[in-house]
Amino acid sequence: MILRLAFGSLMARALTVGMTILAIALSVALFLGVEKVRTGAKASFADTISGTDLIVGARSGSVQLLLYSVFRIGNATNNLTWESYQDIAERPQVDWIVPISLGDSHRQFRVMGTTAEFFDRYKYRSGQSLELSDGAIMSDLFDTVIGADVAATLGYEINDPIVVAHGLASFTEHEDQPFRVSGILEKTGTPVDRTVIVSLKAIEAIHVDWKSGAKTSGMSTAADVIREMELQPQAVTAALVGVKGRLQVFGLQRSINEYKQEPLLAVLPGVALQELWQIVGIAETALIAVSGMVVITALIGMMATIFSSLNERRREMAIFRAMGARPRVILGLLVLEASLMAAIGAILGLMFLYIGLIIAQPLVDSAFGLWLPIDPPTLREVWVLLSVIAASAIVSLVPALRAYRLSLADGMMVKI
Amino acid sequence: MSDETSILELEDVRYRWPGRTSFGLSVPAFGLKSGETVLLLGESGSGKSTLLSLICGTVTANSGRVAVSGTDIASLSAGQRDRFRAEQIGLIFQQFNLLPYASVLDNILLPLRFAPERRSRVNAPQDEAIQLCQDLGLPRDVINARAGTLSVGQQQRVAAARALIGQPPLIIADEPTSALDAATQTTFLELLFAQSQSHGTTLLMVSHDARLADQFDRVVQMSDIAKAERVTP
Repeated sequence: MILRLAFGSLMARALTVGMTILAIALSVALFLGVEKVRTGAKASFADTISGTDLIVGARSGSVQLLLYSVFRIGNATNNLTWESYQDIAERPQVDWIVPISLGDSHRQFRVMGTTAEFFDRYKYRSGQSLELSDGAIMSDLFDTVIGADVAATLGYEINDPIVVAHGLASFTEHEDQPFRVSGILEKTGTPVDRTVIVSLKAIEAIHVDWKSGAKTSGMSTAADVIREMELQPQAVTAALVGVKGRLQVFGLQRSINEYKQEPLLAVLPGVALQELWQIVGIAETALIAVSGMVVITALIGMMATIFSSLNERRREMAIFRAMGARPRVILGLLVLEASLMAAIGAILGLMFLYIGLIIAQPLVDSAFGLWLPIDPPTLREVWVLLSVIAASAIVSLVPALRAYRLSLADGMMVKI
Repeated sequence: MSDETSILELEDVRYRWPGRTSFGLSVPAFGLKSGETVLLLGESGSGKSTLLSLICGTVTANSGRVAVSGTDIASLSAGQRDRFRAEQIGLIFQQFNLLPYASVLDNILLPLRFAPERRSRVNAPQDEAIQLCQDLGLPRDVINARAGTLSVGQQQRVAAARALIGQPPLIIADEPTSALDAATQTTFLELLFAQSQSHGTTLLMVSHDARLADQFDRVVQMSDIAKAERVTP
C-alpha cells in the first residue's frame, strides 16, 4: 500500500515529477551513451587490425605509425624505401609482408596502393577476412576495389570510372589515367570501408608524368603505354608484416628498429593500441567525469524538487502521523518516492539510449566509421543504473530528514 | 476517577510547548466513559489542539497522567505511542482529511497499515470499507475514486469511515462539520452518531458551535476542565 501511495503522490505532482524524471533520464542516457561510444570506439579500434604481427614504417612515433597506416588518420613523415622493404621481406623470420602506399585521394576518401596479398592477409575483428560484395579484385593495372562506404556514399557500381586526385584535398587530378571499379568490398566497420584500393604499381603508373610532386608540363602518357612499362615502386608508406613464429616477433622488431640503412620503426599493433588508449584515457576520464557531473546535477535537481514540495506536503504528512505512521515512515516514504523517480528515470534513460543508438548508429558509422553496437545492457551498465537509484535514495535523505523533523514538530496538527 | 469503563483519563496534566512558544496548558481532571458522546466546546486559543495532541500522544505531558484505555501514554516510547494511537484512536479533522491522490479505499484502510490489532479485528478490510461507505451514505462506486475528486461532504464521510474501521475504542473529531453546510452537517452527525453507537465507540467532538450541544450525552467547556497559560516574553 505504501508503494502505491508513494506512486500516487508522485502522480499527483506529475508535472514537476515528470520534469525531474526527464532530467534524470537524459543524464542517465548521456552517461550510458558516453560509455557506449567509449567502449564502441575502443572495440572498433581494437577490431580494425588482427593477425598482423608488426607494422613497419619510417621512424616516427608508434601511435602515429599505427594511426596513419591502419586508421588513415594523419600522414607519414617519411616513406620506407623499396630497398629496405625488400630487405625486410627477405628476412627468414618474415612469413608474409604487404606494402601500403598512401598519399592520394578520391573525393573525401584515401587511396591506398597495395598488393593482391592485402586481401588475403588483412584481417579484422578476430581474424575475419575481407569479402567482396560485388565484382573481383584488381586484374588490370587501372582496376580499383572500393570499400563499402565509398560505394554507398558516392553511389559507385562495378565498372564505374574513378579519377584519383593527387595528394589529399587537392585540385590536381590524375585525369589521364582513370580507374575502373572492379570490386566492392563488404562492410567491415574498419577504415577499409572508406578506402579506395589500387595496386602498388598503379600508384607508380599515375605518377609517371610527375616529378618532385608536380606534373611535368605537357606530358601525358597514355594508359596503354603505361601498361607496357616496367613499374618499380621507389618507396612505400608502410608495411604490414606477419612473422613465422610468435617468438621471432621481438627479434625482428629489434633488428628493424636498429636498421642501419635508414631510420625505421616496427611496432606491435596491440602495444601501439595500448599507447593510444593511454593518450585517449585522459579525454575518456574527462568525458566520464562531465557526464557523471550531469547525473549528479540531475539528482541535486531532484533533491531541490523534493525540498520545495515539503511545505505543501505538511498536511499530507500530518495525516500519515495521525493514522499512526512513525516519523521514520515519512522519511521512508520520501526516500521511496525519490528511488521511484530515479528508477523510472533510469529505465526511461535506457530507452532514450537505445532509441538514440538506433537513430545514431548508421549516422555515426558513416560519419566517423565508428560502429556502435546495440547490445543488451552490460553488467556494468546495470550497476550504473542501480548506482543512480542508490545515489538518489542517499541524496533524498537530506529533504527526508527535514520532513522527519517537520513531522515530529507538527505532529498531526498542521493547519494550512 | 479511574474505573473499568473509563476510556480516557487526564489527571493533573501540565504541558508547555518547547522552544520560544510561551503557551502552556494545565488539565486538573478530565475523563471519558466508554460509549459516551461528549462535545468539548472552546474558543480559538483555548488549548483544544494542545489537548488533542496530548490525548493522541504526539506530545507528552510535562507532568501528570494521560491514559487511554487504561494505558499511561507517558510509559510508551515514541514509536509505541504512534502505534498505540493507530490502535486506539480514530481521528477526523476539520478538513483536508484525506490523501487526495489516493483512492477512497486506500484512505479508509490507511490506519490498519499501522495498527495490526485493529487490522486483525477486520476479517475482510475491503468489504468492511465498502460497508462503512454504504452505512455513511456514500455511493458504492465511490470506493475506487480518487479522494481528491470527492465533494467536501463526501470527504468527511470517508474520514468518518476511516476513523471507524477496525472499531477503535475512541474517536476524536476536531470540528468535523465546520466546512459543511447546515443540511450536510446534520446528516453527517446523525450518521456519525449511529455508527459510533453501533460500534460501541466513545466519541469526543471538539467544536466552538454550541448549537450542537443537545445531540451529545455530555457537553464540556474547555474553560471548565483546562487552563491555558500564556507567558509574555
